[in-house]
Formats: sequence, C-alpha cells, structure tokens
Amino acid sequence: MGMTMTQKILAAHAGLDQVVPGQLISAKLDIVLGNDITTPVAINEFTKNGFTEVFDKDRIAIVLDHFVPNKDIKAAQQSKQCREFSCQHCISHFYDVGKMGIEHALLPEQGIVTAGDCIIGADSHTCTYGALGAFSTGVGSTDMAAGMATGTAWFKVPAAIRFHLSGRLPKNCSGKDVILTIIGMIGVDGALYKSMEFTGPGVASLSMDDRLCICNMAIEAGAKNGIFPVDHVTMAYMEGRCKRQPVIFTADEDASYEKTVEIDLSKIVPTVACPHLPENTRPAAELGNIKIDQVVIGSCTNGRMEDMEAAYRTLKGQTVAPGVRCIIIPATMAIYRECVERGYVTAFIDAGAVVSTPTCGPCLGGYMGILAQGERCIATTNRNFVGRMGHVDSEVYLASPATAAASALTGCITTPKEV
Amino acid sequence: MNTQGHVFKYPDNVDTDVIIPARYLNTADAQELAKHCMEDIDASFVSRVQPGDIVVAGWNFGCGSSREHAPLVIKACGTGCVIAKSFARIFYRNAINIGLPILECEEAADEIQPGDQVRVDFDTGVITDVTTGKTYQAAPFPEFIQNIIKKGGLLASLKEM
Repeated sequence: MGMTMTQKILAAHAGLDQVVPGQLISAKLDIVLGNDITTPVAINEFTKNGFTEVFDKDRIAIVLDHFVPNKDIKAAQQSKQCREFSCQHCISHFYDVGKMGIEHALLPEQGIVTAGDCIIGADSHTCTYGALGAFSTGVGSTDMAAGMATGTAWFKVPAAIRFHLSGRLPKNCSGKDVILTIIGMIGVDGALYKSMEFTGPGVASLSMDDRLCICNMAIEAGAKNGIFPVDHVTMAYMEGRCKRQPVIFTADEDASYEKTVEIDLSKIVPTVACPHLPENTRPAAELGNIKIDQVVIGSCTNGRMEDMEAAYRTLKGQTVAPGVRCIIIPATMAIYRECVERGYVTAFIDAGAVVSTPTCGPCLGGYMGILAQGERCIATTNRNFVGRMGHVDSEVYLASPATAAASALTGCITTPKEV
Repeated sequence: MNTQGHVFKYPDNVDTDVIIPARYLNTADAQELAKHCMEDIDASFVSRVQPGDIVVAGWNFGCGSSREHAPLVIKACGTGCVIAKSFARIFYRNAINIGLPILECEEAADEIQPGDQVRVDFDTGVITDVTTGKTYQAAPFPEFIQNIIKKGGLLASLKEM
C-alpha cells in the first residue's frame, strides 16, 4: 500500500520501509522545541528523573516568546530557568530578548527546520513547519523532556485527509482565509489525530507565508500535523537559509486518504471566525455591523512579513477609527527591523497604531492588549476560546491581517475591499 | 486501581484555556495553578471538587494549547479520572505521560448526569454509575500505552529502557 507524505517521513525516521495508520512507532527527532512556558515544566521533569545530558545540543531549540520581555516577576523566573538550562547544556538554538521571535515564525526564518525533518515542539502550533515539507507536531512538556533526553518520540502513525487545492486566491484573501474556511467546513475536531495533506495545482500560487499560516492552524481542526509538498517556492525559501540539507519526500501515487476535500482557492472570500470556536466561521461581508474595541495584528499565525505588508497597504496614510486600539506585533526581530527599514513602523504610528517587539502577548491573554469585560477584538491570532484574550466576557473574532486592518479603520468588522 | 466520586459534567470542546487560563502560566507550580482549574468554565469547580471526583465531558476534551499544565491541574485538584467521548490528541498524550487517568466512552459521557456517584475500574475499563446502577465499558488502551501507565509515566518508563 502506498504511503502519504507524513507516513513516508515517519517511516524514514523510524528506520522502517513501510508504516500503516494506527501503527505505534519510535521515531528519531531532528529538532525538539520548547518555549518560556512549556520548557520550565520539561526541565523539571528532565531533572527530577535523573537525566543530566541532552541528546544533541544542536537539535534543541528553546525560544523565550510568550511572556518576554518579561511581564512580571514569575515570568522572569521562568525565563531565567530556561536561560540557565540552555547555558548549562550549551543549547545552540537558544533565543533570548534581542534575538528572539515567536517560535513558529523564528525557526523557519532562521533555517533551523527544513524539509523532511521530524520535529516535536512543546507548543501546539509546532505543526507550522509542515509548510516546509516536514513532519512537525505539538506535544507536552514531558514529551519535550523525553525528546531532549533521548532524541526520540513515540507516535501513532496518522491516517490522512487530503485537501486538493485548485485555482488562485482573490487579491483580498490570504492563507488565513483558506484555513479558516477549511476549519469552518470540517470543525475543530474534523481532523482529530490525522494529517492534513495539502496538494493540487493551487499549491504553487500560495506563498510560504500563506503555507506557514495554513499549517499553523491545522491544530485548530484537531490535526496531528499539516503538510505541503516541496516545490520551487519551498526550495527558493530554503536556499541559503536552512542549516541542514533538505530531504524531499513525496506522497505515493497510490497513497490512501480517508477523504479528499476539494478547495477552489478562487472561491475563497475574506472569512472571520466568530466567538468562541475557530469553526464558527462566516464570510466577513455577511457579519453586519459588529463594533470592535481592539485590533491585534501579529502572532505565530500572522506576524510575518506579508502580514505586515497587508497591514501597511491598508493603514498607510489612514487613521485608526476613534475608540479603537490597534496593536501590531511583528513576529521576529528580522521582521521588526524590516518594518522599521521600509517605513512601516512610522506609517503604523502615524495611523494611530502601536507597534510591539515580538511576543505572543495578547494572543493567549498574557499581556500587551488584554480585553476588559464586554470588549471585542478582531485578531489575526489562532484561537477565540472563552477568555482567551482576557476577561471571560470578552470576545475575539479571528481574521486575516487585511480584514483586521480594514476593520481598524472603520471600527467595525469590515471586508478588505470595502476600504 | 479504582476511583469513585461525584461527577462534574462539561460540554464538547472544553479547551485548555478554560481548564487553566494562560494568564496564570507564569508559574509551573501545579498546586498554585490548581487554584484556577476550570475557572473560566466553572468558577466553583475548585471549591466543590473532592479527591476521587470524576470529570465527564463530550467530544474533543482538552483541545487547543499543548500546555501540560492542563492535565496537571486537573490531577492536582484531586480529580480521579476524566471520561470523555474523545480527547484532543495532545491532551491525550499529556494525560498518559503525567499519569492522569482518562477514559473514552461515548455512552457513559452521554448518560451520566452531574452529581452522580460513579466508580471506575481502570484495570477493566468498567465505569459504574452507582446512582443509576448502570455500567459502561470504556475503550481499552493499546498495550504500549498501558506499559507507560504501569511504569508511572513516560520518563519513568524511559529510565527502565
């Protein structure tokens, strides 16, 4: 029986010629990732169980991103613990304030992850790196600790759903609209335990930033991973960037999929996920007059350069609506710098927005934009659960950067073309 | 191994943000975090839960963030077991890895009512609603996972290898 792309990567990392869905395997890991919230728990487990050495100091990435620059004393203690552990074990890919970025924007940007990799990260959005043609999945801190100690992890080989993409996105749509549309179709557990494999002629028209955004939210459909084939766009992105040689896996012609979902990209419209689940999607144009108090453009989902460009195109020379707080968070220091050099930061400030250094911050209700009771935010983040960005009676609407920026100008949820 | 206690019942798609809101994740101290367990979905849970009590929920329990703090706080509150129609995959892994007993059983999750007295036998997977007298059979774990549970969690099982 043929194998999917995910199954082939897992088989290769388990030293097997063939794997089948449901099979339990032990796979070698290329990268083990953690952040300032999940790594302390992993370090505690690692130490408590008597481990003293990491399996490979060059294959562990520890990124301080959720609460840095530290929001309070407790967060500072957690960062300090990560810093000391990284120093003690000479972790090559340790990223602190000044060099850090949001982990899932930073690792691809810095070439730490590459095509064909098998990656675990103690952060649910680790599935992002499937955009590069890698198998990459989120785990907990104990799995991270085990990965740091042994360089291996156990997996149940997933079955797959194929998303066959055709056509080309309209100008006011991006990867975010694609993945929100898909989650709206299949639901928040529509791909539970499975791979989401994106294929078809429409793939070529999607930029790397689009693909990273789409794979990033595979977890929001319950998936184990999302994955794109490696093509000339991927190769161009990885060229001169990736520190290790990419390995290209392709799905067999006779690979088995539980089902195939056809997506015509040309039919995608600006889409918004309403409170309090990412599956509650509606076309932005059908939402009516929904007033907002805050706009957040950033996160591991949409804090990349194309997202900043989309915000700039809309906000340049315009003014954020009275009573609306617009918070823009470039995802890495490189993107932040690029925003400064291109004059985006000036344009954002002139428009009445604020620009933060990279942080996950408000996405998970940490800091830098917490909502009060009854407040409403449109955000380019990934989750709109109850209380996710602040008060339990606040609301988050998920949307693309173009939709969020357009909404900042009008003060209510607005489709990009209307501005 | 068994647990017996009162049932707290929750709907589908209980996410890890309501199990333990991220605003508290500036510490990894499970006892400290346990004071806020389920706070955003059931503010009275922490004051009412007794050792051995059982959480019963619908589909996709524990969806969202990978935070291991979620199963850790449920365990630290004294909860004896979580029964759901299904679990989100990272929560499932985390619960096994840290030793929080979980069981999948659609029928039990549908029929058991809040406040019922329920007994769970982990060796057989039999769930007994003592209040109604009805029994249910949960899906068994694969042998590989049973081994992790028997050895007291993932890292303990690795040390023996």
